[in-house]
Parts: sequence; C-alpha cells; structure tokens
Amino acid sequence: MIEVQNLTKVYGNHTAVDHVSFTIDPGKIYGFLGPNGAGKSTTMNIITGCLAATEGTVTVDGHDIFEEPLLAKKCIGYLPEMPPLYQDMTVIDYLRFVAEAKGVPAKGLSAEVARVMEKTGVTDMRLRLIKNLSKGYRQRVGLAQAILGDPKVIILDEPTVGLDPQQLIEIRDLIRELGRDRTVMLSSHIMQEISAVCDMLIIIANGKLVAEDTPENLERHAEHEQTLKLSVLAGEPQAAGIVATLGDAVKLRTSKAISDAETELEIGVLTDEDVRERLFYAFAAANCAIVAMAREKQSLEDVFLTLTAEGATAQPAPAVAEGGDKE
Amino acid sequence: MIAVFKREFKSYFTGMMGYVFIAFVLLFIGIYTSALNLKYAYPGFEYVIKSSTFMFLIAVPVLTMRVFAEERKQNTDQLLYSLPISVLDMVLGKYFAMVALMAIPMAVVSFYPLLVGSFGTISYASAYSSIFAFFLLGCALIAVGMFMSSITENQLIAAVMCLGTLILCYLMTALSNLMTSTALASTLSLMIVALLLSLIVRLMTKSWTAAGLTAVITFVPLALLYLISPTAIAGAFTKALGALAIFDRMDNFTNGIFDLTGLVYFISVAALFCFFTVQAVEKRRWS
Repeated sequence: MIEVQNLTKVYGNHTAVDHVSFTIDPGKIYGFLGPNGAGKSTTMNIITGCLAATEGTVTVDGHDIFEEPLLAKKCIGYLPEMPPLYQDMTVIDYLRFVAEAKGVPAKGLSAEVARVMEKTGVTDMRLRLIKNLSKGYRQRVGLAQAILGDPKVIILDEPTVGLDPQQLIEIRDLIRELGRDRTVMLSSHIMQEISAVCDMLIIIANGKLVAEDTPENLERHAEHEQTLKLSVLAGEPQAAGIVATLGDAVKLRTSKAISDAETELEIGVLTDEDVRERLFYAFAAANCAIVAMAREKQSLEDVFLTLTAEGATAQPAPAVAEGGDKE
Repeated sequence: MIAVFKREFKSYFTGMMGYVFIAFVLLFIGIYTSALNLKYAYPGFEYVIKSSTFMFLIAVPVLTMRVFAEERKQNTDQLLYSLPISVLDMVLGKYFAMVALMAIPMAVVSFYPLLVGSFGTISYASAYSSIFAFFLLGCALIAVGMFMSSITENQLIAAVMCLGTLILCYLMTALSNLMTSTALASTLSLMIVALLLSLIVRLMTKSWTAAGLTAVITFVPLALLYLISPTAIAGAFTKALGALAIFDRMDNFTNGIFDLTGLVYFISVAALFCFFTVQAVEKRRWS
C-alpha cells in the first residue's frame, strides 16, 4: 500500500530521517514508534506530501507522491501532530470544506460529513466554532477530517495526545474499527498505547529504522531475556564463581559488593527456563544465603528502550527485525 | 479550487475582514464622490477614481497580509498540502476569493456614475472604463500582496513588505525623475540592480556559480551596450523604473482613453505574482 524507499530528509546539516525503507501492507494497523525527535513526524509529513524528501521515494497505492501527488493524496487521510483546523469556522463548515476539497460528490456530501461526525462523536459540537472547542474535541475534529471520503490509508500522527481516558478508549476502538478494512498508520512515543492496537510495529530512532516486526515477535524476543536481581551473603569472587557453574545461558551482568559479606548481583538469563530454583540450591550448596531475589521480565517497553538506545548511539547498520516473520 | 475559493470567501464574512474591507473602499470612494462630484460638481466620475487609487496602499496590505501567513501559523497549510488539490488551485482559489471580495464594493461603485449622471451630463464610457481599470489595478496589487504573504509566516511583516512595495510603486515616477539619465549613470544603476539580482539568486540557490553566471550574463551586455551605443542606454534606467509605476497606468483611463496596453499590464502583473506565489508555496515544502 505504501512503499517507502531510502527516504532521507536533511535540514541544513541535521539529518532528520536517514535512509529509511519500509513497506506497509493493506488492511493492517501499523504503529510508528520512536522517541521524541526520532523523525516520526517528518517521515509522515513526507509520506503525505506535506514535505519534500531530500532523497528517496514514496509510493502510495502505486502512485509516487512526488510524481502523481493528486492521485496519491486521494488515497490518504492525514491527521498531523497539531490538528490543522481553521479556528474561525464551525465544525460542520470545516468538514464540508475538507470533503469538497477531497472531491466527495456533492450528492453524498452531507451524508458523508454526518457519518464521520457520528463516528468521531462530534455531532453535538457541529455548530460550534472550532476555536471554542476543547483540545480533545479538536483532536476528534482533526480525526474526522482525516477519515472523510473514506481514504484507503489513514495516517495519524500521535492521535491520542490530549484525550481523557474515556476518549482514549473510544479513539482506540475507532482506530481498531478503521483498521478492519483499511490501512492505518499511527505514530506515538508511548509503547503500551501502540501495542494495544497495532498489528505491526515500525520503530525508528535518530532518523534510522531500528525494527519492523509484529508486537508478538518483539515480545517473544523480549521473553527470552529475563533479568534476576539478587543479594547474597558472599564475597564478590565467590558469588561470581557460583553463578558460572550454572551454564552458558546464565550470565553475570554486574556485581557490586555492598559490604565484606554481602554482594548484589544482576544476572541475565537467555532462555525461558526459570533458573531461580537452581540458583538457590547452588548458593545453598556453597553455604551462602540468598537474602533477596527478584525476577524482572523484559517488557515490550524495555525492547523499545533497548532498540532506540542502540539507534541513538548510531549503529552503522540498522538492525532490522528481531527474528520471526519479516517481510 | 472551488472548495478553497468558497472557504476563503466565506471566511471574510465570518470575521470582520470582509465587512471592514468593503466599508473602507466604499467610504473612501464615497468621500471623493461627494466632494468632487456632488460638492464641486466636476462632470466626470473618472476624477474620483484617479484620486482614490492611493486607497490601495492601505486596503491591499490589510486584505492580503493574512492570506498565506495565517495558514502557516494555524498549521492549516499542512491540511492544504495533504488534500488532493494542487498548489496552483490553492493559490488561485485564494486569489479569486480576494478578487471577488474586491468586486463587491466595485459593483456598488458602478451605481455612482448613474447617480452623478442624473444631475448632469457625464461620459459614462470613460467613467466605466476607469472603474474597470481601477478594479484590475486592485487585482494586480492583490496578487503582489498575496506573494508577500506567501514568503513569510508573520502577518505584520507581510503587511509592511506589501505596504513598502506599493508605496515604492506609487512614488516610482517621482523617484525616477530624480535620477540623472546620462549614459554612465544609467549603466551604473542598471549594474547595481544586476548585482542585487545576482545576490538574490545566490540567496535562493545557495550557489555562487549561479550568482556569478547571473552577474556575468547581465554585466557583459550592459558594458557592451554602453561602449557601442551610449545613446541607447541613456535614460534606460529611468525608463525601467517607469515601467514599475503600476499606479500611473491608470492615467490613460482617467484621461478618457481605453488603454489596452494598460489592461495587459495589469493582467500580466496579476498572473506573474500568482505564479511567484505558487513557487513560494512550493518552495516551503522543500525547506
């Protein structure tokens, strides 16, 4: 549906997007994830034709956004980071304008506007001036504008910013519903929000693509790594020696002597196996007491943080896809 | 284009802008009509038009300053870029909305000659050709103002730039008369203009080669012309300045001549600045 190839955007001497390539398949919800300033908005602006790329191509439904902008833009509904609203128009006038500009036929125009107002829950506000609306309602009007004319691809840049929890749930449901027969791409810097609705995740950091996979695959990758934190009554070298007897999958990451008798350890486990029992007996056999032990599973959030941190230190080759089925 | 036009035109009347603009134009022409035609009983409406042209110095910057600058401030330019409309449609939609707004007071003013004529004999032909030319002058100046608005995101800067340009055009004939028209002075002045032009090229393209080429291309013919036939170049600078005096193109109309070159001039200025605006708006996406 959307093919992004080698996309690069350079502002002066700052590279905002650095040779990013990915493909978006029809009928799925894509999460576009990255920390602030990673280049999410820039990428989305280029895909929707609001910004020209320094290098690279974007095709939407087979139409190049630079060569055939009108045909490509007809397939896209876009909600930018700041909803682009005319402050001195009423909601209904604004939506009618967008519908006309999108080429919705005059006959079905009123029905179409009524449909999107109903969907986004702004029907009651239709006669209000946009400047008098609250932030949440503005966001909804922006969303209504994006889904007008039933575009094949809907691109939402941080659609849930400024919404209250109730609205958040409604918007998530709406996005899920839209994703049933359309392609949706939404950006966020919050992992949980995106993993709740998306079929696929695209993670970028510092303008580079760092991962493109399903949340399940990313999570599975995360499950392989567990972290154990424990305090033992043993000297540092002794504790390290005991951990080393537990096999290759169990690795001592850090150790810190708290006092002569007590040491804090952080152990990484690369399998799904629960090694706590073995650990306990190993230390018990050496006559060392374990006074505290906690297991931390790496969450999707941690994967995100790890990946984006790797991207931030500018790894030369972007590490794409963490195993599993990748297109 | 029609969607943009409708939105823009409506927006003038949801706020104060449209009403204020119409009232201002009508007030201005009304004052001159009552003074010249009614009080002093000049038998011709063209005098009113002739005296009213400087009203554009205020009306046009106020009308045009927000047209693109405001879009940028409200982020709505992103909406327009992402909608399936071309930049040309966007610019023309906005331009024609302003032209249509301008046409409203002009339609009202079209009744004035009839009013004046009912008290005596006036030349309707020259009255209406003046009104028509006045309208076209307005259209040309609106295009200039729109361009100024498209190159900045601050309304105030747009208004000041537009005002400055219009004042310069308004005083152009007087200014050009101050210039000496000897061959040397003319050549040097033209060379300064050429230098400025190449600096602008440098600013826009960030390439010294392009700027240097522009300078060479303009300097060489000027120098050659000066050496070969100094008489040809004498007065060329004042003539060039005179060509920019857009307000003076009205003179023929108000003197009772239907000047086709004047019409072509106004329409060309309007078209040229619409084109410049399209380029300026396109350029924003690249920066």
